[in-house]
Amino acid sequence: MTTRIGVVTFPGTLDDQDALRAVRIAGAEPVSLWHRDKDLHQVDAVVLAGGFSYGDYLRAGAISRFSPVMETLIEQAKAGMPVLGICNGFQILTEAHLLPGAMLRNNHLHFICRDQTLRVENAETAWTSDYSAGQEIRVPLKNMDGRYTADERTLDELEAEGRVAFRYLDGNPNGSLRDIAGITNAAGNIVGLMPHPEHAVEPLIGTGRTDGLGFFTSIIKKLVNA
Amino acid sequence: MSLDTVKHAAETPDAEQPWKELGLKEDEYARIREILGRRPTGAELAMYSVMWSEHCSYKSSKVHLKQFGEKVPANDAMLVGIGENAGVVDVGQGYAVTFKVESHNHPSYIEPYQGAATGIGGIVRDILAMGARPVAVVDPLRFGAADHPDTKRVLPGVVAGIGGYGNCLGLPNIGGEVVFDACYQGNPLVNAGCIGVMKHEDIHLAQASGPGNKVILYGARTGGDGIGGVSVLASETFESTGPAKRPAVQVGDPFQEKLLIECTLEIFREKLVAGIQDLGGAGLSCATSELASAGSGGMRVELDTVPLRDSSLSPEEILMSESQERMCAIVEPRHVDRFLEICEKWDVIATVIGEVTDGSQLEIFWHGEQIVDVPPRSVAHDGPVYQRPYARPSWQDALQADDAGKLARPANAAELREQVLKLVASPNQASKAWITDQYDRFVQGNTVLAMPEDAGMVRIDAESNLGVALATDGNGRYAKLDPYTGAQLALAESYRNVAASGAKPLAISDCLNFGSPEDPDVMWQFAEATRGLADGCLELGTPVTGGNVSLYNQTGETAIHPTPVVAVLGVIDDVNRRTPVAFAEEGQLLYLLGDTAEEFGGSAWSEVVHQHLGGLPPKVDLAREKLLAEILISGSRDGMIDAAHDLSDGGLVQAVTESCLRGGNGARLVVPDGLDAFTFLFSESAGRAVVAVPRSEELRFTDMCGARGLPVTRIGVVDGEEIEVQGEFSIPLSELRTAHEATIPALLA
Repeated sequence: MTTRIGVVTFPGTLDDQDALRAVRIAGAEPVSLWHRDKDLHQVDAVVLAGGFSYGDYLRAGAISRFSPVMETLIEQAKAGMPVLGICNGFQILTEAHLLPGAMLRNNHLHFICRDQTLRVENAETAWTSDYSAGQEIRVPLKNMDGRYTADERTLDELEAEGRVAFRYLDGNPNGSLRDIAGITNAAGNIVGLMPHPEHAVEPLIGTGRTDGLGFFTSIIKKLVNA
Repeated sequence: MSLDTVKHAAETPDAEQPWKELGLKEDEYARIREILGRRPTGAELAMYSVMWSEHCSYKSSKVHLKQFGEKVPANDAMLVGIGENAGVVDVGQGYAVTFKVESHNHPSYIEPYQGAATGIGGIVRDILAMGARPVAVVDPLRFGAADHPDTKRVLPGVVAGIGGYGNCLGLPNIGGEVVFDACYQGNPLVNAGCIGVMKHEDIHLAQASGPGNKVILYGARTGGDGIGGVSVLASETFESTGPAKRPAVQVGDPFQEKLLIECTLEIFREKLVAGIQDLGGAGLSCATSELASAGSGGMRVELDTVPLRDSSLSPEEILMSESQERMCAIVEPRHVDRFLEICEKWDVIATVIGEVTDGSQLEIFWHGEQIVDVPPRSVAHDGPVYQRPYARPSWQDALQADDAGKLARPANAAELREQVLKLVASPNQASKAWITDQYDRFVQGNTVLAMPEDAGMVRIDAESNLGVALATDGNGRYAKLDPYTGAQLALAESYRNVAASGAKPLAISDCLNFGSPEDPDVMWQFAEATRGLADGCLELGTPVTGGNVSLYNQTGETAIHPTPVVAVLGVIDDVNRRTPVAFAEEGQLLYLLGDTAEEFGGSAWSEVVHQHLGGLPPKVDLAREKLLAEILISGSRDGMIDAAHDLSDGGLVQAVTESCLRGGNGARLVVPDGLDAFTFLFSESAGRAVVAVPRSEELRFTDMCGARGLPVTRIGVVDGEEIEVQGEFSIPLSELRTAHEATIPALLA
C-alpha cells in the first residue's frame, strides 16, 4: 500500500502545494487536508506547511492551533503519528504544545529569504533518518518570526536529550537561541523547523539542490518498514 | 443632509455642487450636466469625478497611447489586448499568460508600507480578474538619493510593504529594479508587476451581459479608506454626513487577499461567472460602470446592501471607497447558490448587490430611492480627452550638447581600478540582496530564476517544463537625455534580459512614469517616449498588451526624469535550458557579443565618477537586438552557452563582476584590439551581452555568430579568484564582494 502523507491547508497556508509536490516526488501519495475537517482521511503522517495561516493574526500559529483538524491531529500525534511542521507549521506545533518553545520576531526585524546551511544534529527522528548526524544541508529559509526561544531549562533539556534536530551554520539568520533551526519531541515522531526542505527537492527549482528531499524519503522508509 | 436623489437633482438644477473640490474642471462639469440633461446627484458627481480623473480616464495620455493600438506588430500570440484588466498572450501548450505593471507612486510616498502593499494587492487582483492564477510578482522601484535621510524612511517602508503583503499572498517575487536618483526624492516610483497563468478557455472578461444575471460583490467589507485615492478629494465635501477626514491611502489585508485568490480560482474552476472585475482605483464606481459599459449596458444596484466596515458611510463614499481585497462578479441566477457556498468555504463575505437589466442605464438605489441614473459608457469610457500642448524643452539642446565624452577619464591603471571599485559599490550598481532577501522568491515551488538574474523565470507546467520569463527595465537618465531613445533603450534592455535568460520575448507591458501633463516639456517627453516605444515594439515584434500611466510625478515645479519602465514577457519551452548569469566553472570562455563604442552619455560611470548627466544616450539598433536575442536563445537551446549577462548600466565590468560574484569564480580579461581598457570596461553601448561558453562548444558557437553576422569577440576566461584585466589591474573577488555587497546595508540597515 502506498504511504499516504497529508498536508493541511489552513486559510493563509502558502506552501501546501510545494509540500504536496515534495511528498509526490519522494514517492508517497499526497493527500490534501482541510482545516475545517476533523477527519485525517487515513493518512500515515502529516505535514503542516509554511505560510501565514490566519494572517499570523494574534501570533503566528495561534489561531490555527484551534482548527477542527488540529483536534484530531494533536490526539494522533501524541499517540505517535509522525508530524512535520515547517515554518508556520513549526509555529503551530509550538502553539499546540506538541513541541516546546516559541518563535519570536527575527532579531533584525525584517523578513528574510535566503539559502541557509544547516547541520543535522539528530538523524534518528521519523523525518531525518535518511540523513547522517553532522551532515550539512542547504535549504531555503524564509520567515518573519523565526527566532526560536525557550527558557534555559528547556534548552538544556533539548540539548541533553538530543532533541535539537537542526542548527544554523554560517550565520544565525534570526537570533534563534543556541542557533536552533529545528527540534523534535522525545519520541522523535514530531519534528518542527523554520527552514523549508519542501523547496529543495528538485535540482532546477529554488536553491538548485535537493537537500530537502531526505525529510520525505525518511518518513516513507520509516512508514514502509513499520 | 437629505439624500440627493435623481428626482431631487432634477428639481434643484441650481444647487451648488463641489465639482471643483472633486478635481473636475468647469467644462467637465458642464459636460456631465449635458450628458444627463440635469445636474448630477451627489453620487453621480462622485462617480464621474473619480472615473474622469487622470488615473482612471487617461485623459492626457490617451491621444498618445493610441499608437500602441495602431502600430501593432504581426504577432499571433495576442489573445486579449489593451483595454481589459490586463492583456493576455498565448505561450503554447494551451496556456495563456497575462501580465501587467502598475504604479502606486503617490500613496507610497505618503505611507510607504501601505502604499506599496496595496500596489501589490491591486495588480494581483487585476491578473486574477482575467481568470488567471497569479504566479509571480516583480517590483521596479525608484527612490531619491541613497544617502538622503528621507530615503531611509521611504525605502524600508516600501520594501517591508511589498514583502509584508506579497510574502503573505504566497507569490514569489522574482525580479524588478532598485534605482536611486535625486529626481525621485519627493516622488518615489513604486511600480508593481504580476504574471498570471491560465488555460485559453479560462480567460474571463470584465463585462456584464445577460439581463437577470446577478451582481455579486465579494471580499472585504467596504470602509472609508482610500476615498478619492485616484482623484483629489477635498475633505470637507462629505463632512456633514460621514466620519471626519481619513487618509486617502488604502490599507491592505494580504490574508483577506489570499482567501480572495483561492476562492476566486475555485469559482473559476467551476465556471460560475459570466463576467468579473476587481475593485481598485475608484472602487465600486469603476467596477459597476465598467462592467455595465462593456456588457449590454443596463445594471441596477442596491447600494445599501454593500457590507460596510463603518455604518455611517454615505452613498457617495461607498461609491468612491478604494477599500482593498474586493471583487465584483456577474453570475447567472442558477450559479448564485454555489458561488456563495464557495465564498463561505473560504470565509469570504459575498453579497448580491444588484442585477443586469435589459435597459441601457446604470441605476443605483439607496434604500429604495434612486441616486444614480447614468449611461455607464459616459462614466467609464467616454471621459474627457485632452490634446495637451507639448514642445521640446528649451533646455534639451544644451543638455544634449553637454557631452559625456569630454569628461576626464582615468589617467592610469591605478585610477581605472579605483573607478571600477567605486562603480560596483555605488548605490545603483551595488548588490540589492538586502532588499530582495526580504521577499519570498521560493513559494509555489516553481521559481527557476529570480533576482539578481537578468530575468525572473517560473515553470508553469511541471510535466512539460514550459516556463515564462519576465524582466523589467527603465533608465530615467537615458530618457531625460532623449525620451524617444530612452524608451527604446528600456525596451531593448528588457528584451535582451529575457533573451539572455534563454526565453523568447513575446510581448510587453509598460508603466509610464512622468511629471505633470500640464507642463509642455513633460508632455513632449511623454509624446516622444510613447512614440519611441510604439515604434520599437513594432520593429521588435512585441506588442504592448496593456500598462499604466502615472503622471504628476513631481515635486513643485520639478518633474522626475521621464521614466518609462518596460516589462517584457518571454516564453521558454523547457526551463532546464534556462541560462543563469553565474560564471559557475573555471575554464569557461568569455565572449563579448555586439559592438562597443565610446558611449558614456547618461552612463553609470558618468554619474558615479563625475555626477554628470548630459550628452546623448547610447544608440539603439533594434535589428541588432533581435539578432543578439536569437543568438542567445539558440545558444541556450542548443547547450552552447553556460551563462549570459546582458550589458547595460555600468557596462562590461559591472556585468562581469556580477557574474563572477554569483558564480564564486574570477575571470581573466583581455582588452580586445581596437578598444582602450576604459571604453571596454565602462561603455554602455546597447545590443551587447557577455556569455560564458564551454570549451567544447567554442567553435560551434563562434561559427553560429559568424554565420548570422553578429560580432563576437573573445575577451577572456573564467579563472582564479580575482578579476584581472591583463596589462591593467586585478582585483580579488573578496575585495569586489565587499565593495558590491556592503553599500546598501550600510545605508539602510
